[in-house]
Amino acid sequence: MDALMTWLEAQLADNSIFTLQTLGYYGEGLVTTVQLVVLSLIIGLVLAVPLAIGRGSTYRWVSLPIFLYCYVFRGTPLLVQLYLIYYGVVFVDGIQETWLWVILEKPFVPALIAFTLNTAAYTTEIFRGAIKSTDRGEIEAARAYGMSKGLMLRRIVLPSAFRRALPAYGNEVIFMLHASAIASVVTIMDLTGAARFVYARFYAPFDAFLFVAAIYLCLTFGILYLFRYLERRLLAHLKPASG
Amino acid sequence: MIDLHGYGPRLFEGAMITIQLGVLSLALAIVLGLVTASAKMSRSWVAHRIGTLYTTIIRGVPDLVLMMLLFFGGQIGINQITDALYNHFGIDIFINVNEFVAGVITIGLIFGAYMGETFRGAFMAVDSGQIEAGRAYGMNHWLVFRRIRFPQMMRHAIPGLSNNWMVLLKTTALVSVIGLSDMVRVAAEASKATREPFTFMIIVAAIYLLIASVSEWGFARLQKRYNAGYREAD
Repeated sequence: MDALMTWLEAQLADNSIFTLQTLGYYGEGLVTTVQLVVLSLIIGLVLAVPLAIGRGSTYRWVSLPIFLYCYVFRGTPLLVQLYLIYYGVVFVDGIQETWLWVILEKPFVPALIAFTLNTAAYTTEIFRGAIKSTDRGEIEAARAYGMSKGLMLRRIVLPSAFRRALPAYGNEVIFMLHASAIASVVTIMDLTGAARFVYARFYAPFDAFLFVAAIYLCLTFGILYLFRYLERRLLAHLKPASG
Repeated sequence: MIDLHGYGPRLFEGAMITIQLGVLSLALAIVLGLVTASAKMSRSWVAHRIGTLYTTIIRGVPDLVLMMLLFFGGQIGINQITDALYNHFGIDIFINVNEFVAGVITIGLIFGAYMGETFRGAFMAVDSGQIEAGRAYGMNHWLVFRRIRFPQMMRHAIPGLSNNWMVLLKTTALVSVIGLSDMVRVAAEASKATREPFTFMIIVAAIYLLIASVSEWGFARLQKRYNAGYREAD
């Protein structure tokens, strides 16, 4: 490890911008970005499953609020949602005195809340589409077996819906990675935040932003290949038979 | 009544900037999209490669990063070009990259890549017999495009176009970060000054929803127009 560091330092010796220190900023930024994206995706996914089921409910008092939630969060820019939550939390009277402030003081949590609510809204719509396209025959068969609604959802509807939702969900993951760049606006030192810092310090926009663009590109390709692999594994039975 | 603390007119101006920015970027994106789609379908290997490279890079990098690269980097790049012009040829010009132009170019460039995919699918959906018929009538390439390909392709392109426009509209909010006074920036300033973030941000969110709803209606009308002569399957 030490040998690697000294080698890296020697490689970077002639470079005035990309020193070990600035690479360290990018490294920390990468960790923050990954944390934000992974956490918001996981929480958003957990929220989206019951929401998607509720969205298709025949009770209007269940489906209508969920529809409105999705409509508003999908119809407005994430930046506006982030500002609303970020400033909204800061300016609540007396919040600075409560225990909540300890967590909310850092911009990470408001950003995480905004990202989670946003991705949950999109994911709900993706799942709803997948649930709706379940083959009628499968549902009739489940009913004929005397399955209750819950059991039918768990055994028949959801497993195949998740598979069908996979390609669209892969796009959502990439979308979320790209959207997370907005976190830098509320002073979070994510990847883009690190690039902005390096740009401001050295006044070198091409170096700072092209480097970070390359990192994002690599991450995007990583996600793309991961989902392609998952699709190959999980959707193998849906592939057209080869002749 | 809602108290806007005198920010009402500025918020309205910001909304106008958002709409102008959106419409101009959409126009640029459509032109770039048509070019990209043609490049990707072209028999030329180079054009195909360039088209693919463009869409891959744009779709792999966050909008905000591209915007900052173009806005901050664009000024330096242009300064270097004008400096070189001055040093070598004695031509003295100064071009200032304005936030609005940078915003239009970046957003247009980003969505040109997405439009390219939409248009490519739509072009391929046009029956090739139609194009052959046009050729047989002695029409040249441009005339075939204008009279046959474009009108029939739009029928397939409008759903994708409408989707891209909705995403583009929301992306315009990012220009507030590079310093353009669109409605998001005005609302952010107002929130900080008055300590009433909910009032301003909810108004801005409502305006976005309003623009989206109006354009949804507009696209439905357009779709109906381009669907003339086709019947929807029930």
